[in-house]
Amino acid sequence: METSARIKSILETVMDPEIPTISLVDLGIVTKIESRASEHAYVQLTPTFSGCPALRVMEDLVRTALTDAGFQEIEVETSFETQWNTNLITEKGRAALLKHGLAPPVKHEGYIELDVLSDTPCPLCGSRNTTLQSPFGPTLCRSLHYCNNCRNGFEGFKPI
Amino acid sequence: MEFTEKHVEGLKDLLYRMADDLLILGHRNSEWTGLGPILEEDIAFSSMAQDKVGQSLALYEILHELGESDPDTVAFTRNDFQFHNCQMVEFPIGEYDFSLVRHFFYDHADALRFEALTETVFEPLQMVAKKFKGEIKYHTMHANSWLKQLANGSEESKIRMQQSINELFPHALGMFEPSNFEQELMESGLFIGEAALQQRWLDTVVPLLESYGYTVPTDAAPLFGGRKGVHTEYLQPLLDEMTEVFRIDPSAEW
Repeated sequence: METSARIKSILETVMDPEIPTISLVDLGIVTKIESRASEHAYVQLTPTFSGCPALRVMEDLVRTALTDAGFQEIEVETSFETQWNTNLITEKGRAALLKHGLAPPVKHEGYIELDVLSDTPCPLCGSRNTTLQSPFGPTLCRSLHYCNNCRNGFEGFKPI
Repeated sequence: MEFTEKHVEGLKDLLYRMADDLLILGHRNSEWTGLGPILEEDIAFSSMAQDKVGQSLALYEILHELGESDPDTVAFTRNDFQFHNCQMVEFPIGEYDFSLVRHFFYDHADALRFEALTETVFEPLQMVAKKFKGEIKYHTMHANSWLKQLANGSEESKIRMQQSINELFPHALGMFEPSNFEQELMESGLFIGEAALQQRWLDTVVPLLESYGYTVPTDAAPLFGGRKGVHTEYLQPLLDEMTEVFRIDPSAEW
């Protein structure tokens, strides 16, 4: 396997520290992978949110995974060169969010209004009869919702 | 175009204004943690605080690459006269109406500032501006919904909001205090300039406030000073509190 493909397959096993069902690759934050020798790995990450406290942890997780896989020279860099948005989450990633009980973000074309969030489908029963309680949740990337059908509160991964 | 020393100086001044605004208002917002009037508002102000401090870090990192000290040193070891934030962001949180109106005035300016900076010729700033835009959108949506809701709440809520609007408007105009480098920033394509930004801000917030039923002060004179290091009595105590742990052992590894 080509080295950069190998690096990607390793990163597919590195899970988000706050949402353990989704890998960093499926979250869409791995923005560049390079290798100039079989033991060299360069990985560029981009933050989900500028204030995300998990970022340094993610860098460390990437470094550890690559070290464990035998890479000797490892460079992990965080950059704003590619700006993350929720459309970068893969289909597999969206399914992984749902598995964790989080409503996947609605797809958008760069323009977001609050009513986009107000009919987020409930991850528990699938109903669209839901109410947005707050666009701010327990972490920067989540919003708070209530399902009027199954009467449960739930969290969504908010579109950005 | 070639950047001269004055262009770089102007760029640094611009970055310090934005980063210091975000750090100081981020700190003020965090003071609502545990005190918000309802749980969702507690979370909202805490989240916005986290966004703002995170954004300030990204800007301090750009400054570091331009030769300034590292972000922790810059954030935690300066005194009030070395800060470039506008005075409006340093006032104590006050009552909730005061914090909401400040949030409305500031975040609309912030959104427009970074919108304009998505076209700056300085690439590192252009990249973060594109990133911040999506985050700030949630801040302006939050501010708008509360300004609107409280205009139509009770007699008391409307009076209190209007009083805060009147009180804060001159300070809000102070956000656009011209720098000593307006010409350099504009001619180089680094920034559209404070005057143009203020016009965009007025074109945005005045119609919104009027549509909610508020009156916009027409005779307000801007209160300047902050951008040049002249601050109110409230900034130094905030810095003392913010840096208290850092100062116990400035060389500690975190």
